[in-house]
Amino acid sequence: MTERVTATTAPYTIGRPPFRPGEEADFGGKFKEQPGDLNRPDPLSCSAQDTVPHAVGLVRVLNDEGEALGEWDPKLDAETLIQGLEYMMRLRIFDDRMIKMQRTGKLSFYMRSLGEEAIAIAQTMALETQDWIFPSYRQPGAQFVRGRDMVSMICHCIGNTEDNVKGRQMPVHYTWKEGRFISISSPVGTQFSQAVGVAMASAYKGDDEVCISWLGDGTSAQGDYHYALNFASTFKPPVILNVVNNQWAISTHANLATGGRTFAERGLAYDIPSFRVDGNDFLALYSVTKWARQRGAAGLGATHIEVYTYRTGAHSSSDDPSAYRPSEEYKSWPGGDPIERLKNHLIKSDMWDEKRDAALAQKIDDEVMTSYKAACEFGDLASGPYPPASTIFTEVYETVPWHVQEQREELGK
Amino acid sequence: MMTQMNMIKALNSALEVQLEKDPNIVIFGEDVGFFGGVFRVTDGLQAKFGEHRVFDSPLAEGGIAAIAMGMGLNGLRPVAEIQFADYIFPAYDQIVNEIAKVRHRSGGEFTAPLTFRTPAGGGIKGGHHHSQSPEAQFTHTPGLKVVYCSTPYNAKGLLTAAIECNDPVIFFEPKRCYRGPFYGDPHNVPTWNDHPDAEVPEGHYIVPMEEARIVREGEACTVIAWGTMVHVCEQAIKDSGIDCELIDLQTLVPWDRDTVVNSIKKTGRCVIVHEAPKTSGFGAEMSASIQERCFYHLEAPITRVTGWDTPFPHTTEWDYMPSPERIAAAIKKTQED
Repeated sequence: MTERVTATTAPYTIGRPPFRPGEEADFGGKFKEQPGDLNRPDPLSCSAQDTVPHAVGLVRVLNDEGEALGEWDPKLDAETLIQGLEYMMRLRIFDDRMIKMQRTGKLSFYMRSLGEEAIAIAQTMALETQDWIFPSYRQPGAQFVRGRDMVSMICHCIGNTEDNVKGRQMPVHYTWKEGRFISISSPVGTQFSQAVGVAMASAYKGDDEVCISWLGDGTSAQGDYHYALNFASTFKPPVILNVVNNQWAISTHANLATGGRTFAERGLAYDIPSFRVDGNDFLALYSVTKWARQRGAAGLGATHIEVYTYRTGAHSSSDDPSAYRPSEEYKSWPGGDPIERLKNHLIKSDMWDEKRDAALAQKIDDEVMTSYKAACEFGDLASGPYPPASTIFTEVYETVPWHVQEQREELGK
Repeated sequence: MMTQMNMIKALNSALEVQLEKDPNIVIFGEDVGFFGGVFRVTDGLQAKFGEHRVFDSPLAEGGIAAIAMGMGLNGLRPVAEIQFADYIFPAYDQIVNEIAKVRHRSGGEFTAPLTFRTPAGGGIKGGHHHSQSPEAQFTHTPGLKVVYCSTPYNAKGLLTAAIECNDPVIFFEPKRCYRGPFYGDPHNVPTWNDHPDAEVPEGHYIVPMEEARIVREGEACTVIAWGTMVHVCEQAIKDSGIDCELIDLQTLVPWDRDTVVNSIKKTGRCVIVHEAPKTSGFGAEMSASIQERCFYHLEAPITRVTGWDTPFPHTTEWDYMPSPERIAAAIKKTQED
C-alpha cells in the first residue's frame, strides 16, 4: 500500500454564475463582436472547419444603433420584417395574459418566452412550411408563424373541453400536428435526438423537409444532446440543432453546463458547421437558419447553432429567480430586447413608426383578450368544465385493451 | 428536543445532521446548491457546509447517477437528488445495471453506498411528467433498497437510515405531502401544523428501514399504503366506518412481510392502495406473497385500489389518483358475505 497523499490544491472546481443577488450585474456594456466581423461562407461548400471563427465569435446583423450590416444581412422586405415584429409582439402580449390567468388559477402553470421571442419566430420564418419543429418550452412562438389559432392555444393551456390534448398535459406542452409542431416534453432534451430521426426519415423518403430542434444550455448536459450531434454527424440528415444559451437553467448557470468553451464549439468536434448567434437579433437568427436550411435541403447535413441570449423572466410560474440572481440582471444584458431591437431597426429604416407600433400593440391586445374570452367559454382549470374523465383511458393504445376498459368502467365516468 | 417541522424541514434536518456527522457525505443534484432545491429540501445547506459538499450538478440524471456511483466506490457517501421521479429514467441504466449490481458482480469487492432522493407522486397538477410514482420500476431490480416516506417524522428517520445504509437506496418523497398531509380533498389542504407526526427530533434518530408502521390498529380489514396514500387511506377508513388496521409500508424492498401477514391473519381481509398503475405495481407482489402465507385466513379476495393503467393526467388527476371514495368502497366490499 502506498501512503495516502493528501491533495494540497482545492477540491474540484465549482462553476459559478457571474453575479449573485445583492451584486450589481455588469456584462461589460456592449458585445465586443460587431456585425460584419464574420463572413457568410457558401452553405454548399462550407466545412465545419470553415466555421471555427463563427463558433467562437458571434454572428450579428443588427448593430447597437439598429442598423443592419454585413454579409449576414438577409435583406428582408418591410412586409416580412413587420410580420416578424408582429409575431414577437403577439407572443409577448399573449404571455402576459397567460401569466395573469395563471395567477388567478385559470391555468396551473406557465412559462413565458420573455426576451427570447425572436428565436423560434425568426427561425421558423426562415423555414418552409413542410419543415418539422421539435421545440423546447420557450419556442411556442413558432405556432404563431405557422398560423395556429390563438383560441386553440389558450384552450390547451387552461385544460378545457377544447384542449386538443384533452387535458392530459401541463400548460405550454403544445402539440399541433397541422403545424408539424411535436409535443413539448417535460423531461428536457428528449426531442433533440428525435429530431435527427425525423430528418433521417425525410432523407430516406426523399422529401424536401428539414427538421429544427432547440434545447437549453442546461439541457445540453443530457445524453440526448450528444446523441443528436453524433448521429447527425454520422448520417448527415437535414437537421438544424440549436442550443439556446439563455444563461440560466432554473437556478443553474451556464457556467455549470460547460467548462469554458462556447456551446457552438462542441459542434466542431462532431464535424458539424457551427455558429454562435446573437439570439436577440432577429435578422441574424433568420439568416443563419436560412443558411442551415439551404445546406440541409441540399443533402449536406446538420448545422449546429448556439443561440446566445438571456432568460429575462423566471424559468416558470413556479420559480423565483430573485433567490439566485440579481433581479435587475437582465437590464445589463448586452443583447438588449429582441422586440425593441427589431422595432428600432424598422423605425431607423423608415419602415415603421411609434404610432403604428402603438396601434399594432392595441390590435394584438384586443385579439388576445377576444381569444381569451372565447377560450374561457369552453371552461378553464379553476372552474371547469374539463375534458371528460374517459379521456384518461383513450389513446393509451390504438384500441382500448380489456384491462384498461375494465378500469374505465370501474371509474364509471 | 422536538420541533414542529413540515416534511421539507424534516428532510433538510436529516441532511444537515448527516453532513455534520460524516465528512464523506456530499449532496448534489439539479438546483440543490445555491438555490436549495426547487422544493427547498436542501435550503441553506450549501451556505453552511460549503460548495464542495452541497452543489448544483449539470442537468443530466444519467450523469448524476454515474457520478454518485463513482463517488460511492471511492469512499464518499453521496446523497443525490433527482428533481422529479419522472426524470429518473435517463439514470435508469446506471441505477439498474451498474449501481444495483456492483456489489454482486464484483464478488463483494466494490460497493457504492448512495442515496437517491426523489419527489414522487401526484396531486400537484403536474401532468404525466411531474406526477408519476415509479417505485415498482425499482422494486423489480435486485440490489436496490426502496423507501417511500409519508410524514415529517418518518421522512427524517428513514432518510437517515437510508444514508447510513451501505446499500444503494431509492428514497421517494411524496411531494403532495411536503407541506401538509393530503386526505384526498384538493379543496381542503391542511398543513403539518399540530399533526403528531410533525413533531420531529432536532438531532439524529433512525426510523429503521424494513419495518412497516401500524398507523391505526383495527380488526376488520388490513389496509396497506405508502406515501401520500397513507393519509388518503386514513380518510377512507374514517369514511367507511369500518374498524381497519392501516399499515404504512415505509420500506418496499425489503418489505416488512411479518407485520403485514400478522395483521391479515387477524383481520382476514386486505386492501392494498398505491398511486402507481395497477399492472405490475408493487401491490401485485404483495398480493401474491400475502395469499401464499394467509390463504386459509382470508375471508375475502385481496383488493387493490391503484392508479389506472394509463399515463397520469393533468386536469383530471382527481379521477386518476385513488380517492377516499374508491378506497372506502373497496374496504366495504371486503366486508360483504
